[in-house]
Amino acid sequence: MDAETPVASPPRRPRVVVDEPARVDRVFDAVTFWSGFSVLVLLSIVGLFLLTSSGDSLGQTGLWTFLTRVEWRTDVQPARIGVLGLLVGTVVVAVIAVVLAVPVGVLAALFITDYSSARLRRVLIGLVDLLAAIPSLLFGVWGFVLLSNQMVPVSRWISDHFGWIPFLATEPNRDLTGSMFIAGVVVGIMVLPIITSVAREVFSQAPPGEKEAALALGSTRWGMIRTVVLPYGKGGIVGGTMLALGRALGETIAVALLLPQVPLVSKNILEYGGATVSGFIATHSGGDPFTVSGLMAAGLVLFIITLGTNMMASVVVSRSRSGVGVEL
Amino acid sequence: MAGAAGTALCLNWLVFGRLGDGQGWFALLVSTYLTFLACFFIATADRYGRLVATDRTITVVVVSAGGVVLAALASLVIFILVLGLKALRPGFFTSDQTGITPLLPSTEGGGSHAVVGTLEQTALSLVLSLPLSLGAAVFLNESRSRWRRPVRIFVDAMSGLPSIVCGLFIFAVFIQPHAKDAAIFGFNGLMASLSLSLIMIPTITRTVEVVLRLVPDGLREASLALGASRARTVWSVVFPTARTGMTTAIVLGIARCVGETAPLIYTAFGYDLMNANPFNGSQEALPLFVFRNVQKPDQTAIERGFAGALVLMVIVLALFALARYLGRDRTRRAAPSRRWRPRAPRPTQEVRP
Amino acid sequence: MTTITVDRARSNGTHPSPTPRLVELIGGPPPGAAAIEARGACAWFGDRLVLESVDLLMPAGQVTALIGPSGCGKSTFLRLLNRMHELVPGAALDGEVLLDGEDVYRHGRRAQEVRTRIGMVFQKPNPFPAMSIRDNVLSGLKLAQIKCHDKDGLVEQSLERAGLWKEVRDRLHQPGGALSGGQQQRLCIARSLAVHPNVLLMDEPCSALDPTSTRRIEETIGELRHQVTIVIVTHNMQQAQRVSDHCAFFLAEENEPGRVIEHATTTKMFSTPDDRRTLNYVEGRFG
Repeated sequence: MDAETPVASPPRRPRVVVDEPARVDRVFDAVTFWSGFSVLVLLSIVGLFLLTSSGDSLGQTGLWTFLTRVEWRTDVQPARIGVLGLLVGTVVVAVIAVVLAVPVGVLAALFITDYSSARLRRVLIGLVDLLAAIPSLLFGVWGFVLLSNQMVPVSRWISDHFGWIPFLATEPNRDLTGSMFIAGVVVGIMVLPIITSVAREVFSQAPPGEKEAALALGSTRWGMIRTVVLPYGKGGIVGGTMLALGRALGETIAVALLLPQVPLVSKNILEYGGATVSGFIATHSGGDPFTVSGLMAAGLVLFIITLGTNMMASVVVSRSRSGVGVEL
Repeated sequence: MAGAAGTALCLNWLVFGRLGDGQGWFALLVSTYLTFLACFFIATADRYGRLVATDRTITVVVVSAGGVVLAALASLVIFILVLGLKALRPGFFTSDQTGITPLLPSTEGGGSHAVVGTLEQTALSLVLSLPLSLGAAVFLNESRSRWRRPVRIFVDAMSGLPSIVCGLFIFAVFIQPHAKDAAIFGFNGLMASLSLSLIMIPTITRTVEVVLRLVPDGLREASLALGASRARTVWSVVFPTARTGMTTAIVLGIARCVGETAPLIYTAFGYDLMNANPFNGSQEALPLFVFRNVQKPDQTAIERGFAGALVLMVIVLALFALARYLGRDRTRRAAPSRRWRPRAPRPTQEVRP
Repeated sequence: MTTITVDRARSNGTHPSPTPRLVELIGGPPPGAAAIEARGACAWFGDRLVLESVDLLMPAGQVTALIGPSGCGKSTFLRLLNRMHELVPGAALDGEVLLDGEDVYRHGRRAQEVRTRIGMVFQKPNPFPAMSIRDNVLSGLKLAQIKCHDKDGLVEQSLERAGLWKEVRDRLHQPGGALSGGQQQRLCIARSLAVHPNVLLMDEPCSALDPTSTRRIEETIGELRHQVTIVIVTHNMQQAQRVSDHCAFFLAEENEPGRVIEHATTTKMFSTPDDRRTLNYVEGRFG
């Protein structure tokens, strides 16, 4: 900068100006600072506590063993606990949920932004928000009592027709309720509003000028969406998907109701069986300190995974062209 | 167009008669839908060309996706409504589960203890978390401290904390080591409120911060230019401008809190009788009541659970409607014009990961 | 001291219109218009010097127009005068700004007090949307903790001075946002006047308004002349010519900070300016 300043006027130093804050402002600064800071401290405490109290079980089991062992038995001496069986279930359920929900959610978002009238749009936005506000418990009981039975023929049909795909096969005469597939469907419906609202948000920000330009060039509506809206909203779709994945990974109550919560690594997602980290924690309350420490460790692993997913979501969204103003 | 659709439908009947091999309604639905799409495409392509046909077919797909979302919502609401009404009687709000055996009809007994527990726990957690989250939101948006970035990162991280871990955390910190020493550290409503606060703080902080950010900077400048202190500016200009948005954010935060089940399992624990004291003894809450009852083997308990689910759903819907009502755009009713006008901001539905 | 400036302003004035007796405020700024003078004023944003060594006297009770092409530091200079500049992160400054002969940046002087004495009207009308018209006018009292026993009188007088009273007298309790753009801007002027500032800064107050509203604002400025010192930034040459007594021409050459090229009475600036660049600018040959 100094190089650009002409020689005639030597660089000047700014004057130091102090504005003594008023007393109210000093109180204001202190109060807001301490509330912000205490939130930070609070979370640090939660994180540290999770770490230290996981220490007991992790120390005894060993981190690597804990991460790679499938079974969870505290009735034997020494206890054999591991998180792999839970993690596999968590990831499988979340992936099924997201795979099912993303196409529907994105299309529904398109319907809201580009196919519905202004009035219908407002109603639909409200309904999607409402769907997001419904507690996961209600989705859980709905899935547990209604969907679970309704889905059995579906599962059977899929396994009959697509059984040649390894993970869709079922053994004859196996119970098809309480499967990871059904849990995935329920969680998928639960995360549907997340994907829909994030995608809607970015689609609605697609530049109207470019949209009109596409239509003016004689493109059909779908052509316009394919060339303008979808490329523009790509970041939002990916970000919304990651966000939904994060939510699906942490979902507790629905999977606690739907899955038997017995840790295992199964490749038959249509069959009875499966466990997820959060569901497993929810169904194993009131244990001894060692169990709780183990559950803490499992919770910590889950927390780290959801944190990573969420952070990736926000990075993806903020890097994309459409994501600048989008709140996750 | 109608003819094309009609042809498609007729074809469908033929096709799914062969494909639907008695495997339940879903198979029928899928094959019908796919053949319908194919027929529709062929019929339109024949008449208007491929480009238009693609466009129209996609329109159908998109509309049906919207339909799926609506159907999911409708199915959920109707299902809970129908099952819940079966067991819901006025007595639900006046009695608890005293003397209830699996043989009694589901209309006997009630969930008043759960309603009271939910109200107390939610109110307590609101009292615990609201000042802190409002302060933190103001800190994030109105101060120039170097600590804003770390605080924001931590708040974002905290909102990703799985809700079950919040409950487990409170259990491990207070209940497990101290329950023998004092009742206040036992399973009780206060502990439930603490764990709910851990969920509420990041939710409310983030939504309120978004709302505060929507207040135009011009208003802050105008206030400061009139000789106001920063504290005055926030109190007399920023808060009133953002008031509707802030209330909406807080009400939605409450709605989320009311329906949370996972953190309660380890903290409130659940109880079949009335316990109006949130500081002593395990307590019921509506979500716990539902969760515990639907898992019981007897049909009457499941029906009672659904009565609770219905009440819970009505509460959440009422809160949601309240949030919408408070957050509605009052300025829109003034004479429509294109003049510049700072709008009272409204938050979009915050999504908790 | 302030009485003298008011007298000088009056004796200077072409209009004999007397300063109305203002509604009494408790804890407000001292009465009357005050001269404001910049001496060697510089401004930085981060490392970038945007304004260099501005010396300019804006006499009490008169209208001074700041003209010049975009990005030459006029608005920055304006914000320097009432200490709004320092609110921008990374902003720095040098030099002095004398209000009634006293440096507003003097150590220990509070920005709040300075801003109460120097009102400001912004480019975009920004009435507080959560307040009624009446509350908007009185907002300055609430925000700067000034007391007044006759609030109704103050509301009427301030709106009257801003030329808005007749239009809004029947709907004082409606929200300020329901007014038209020009009315909103005059409401903002009334809001600034209610605390009885010595100086009123206007940052392109008409750039967002239609010609009719612009004319109303210009009339208002004409009526306020002598009651309060007015400094107005404008891109509109005709406007500067119509409303101001003095003019200052700001210009920033490429990659250089903004400077005052010339300042003189408006008549001289628009007829026989000393500097060629001024002539070119006022005749619309660039900028």
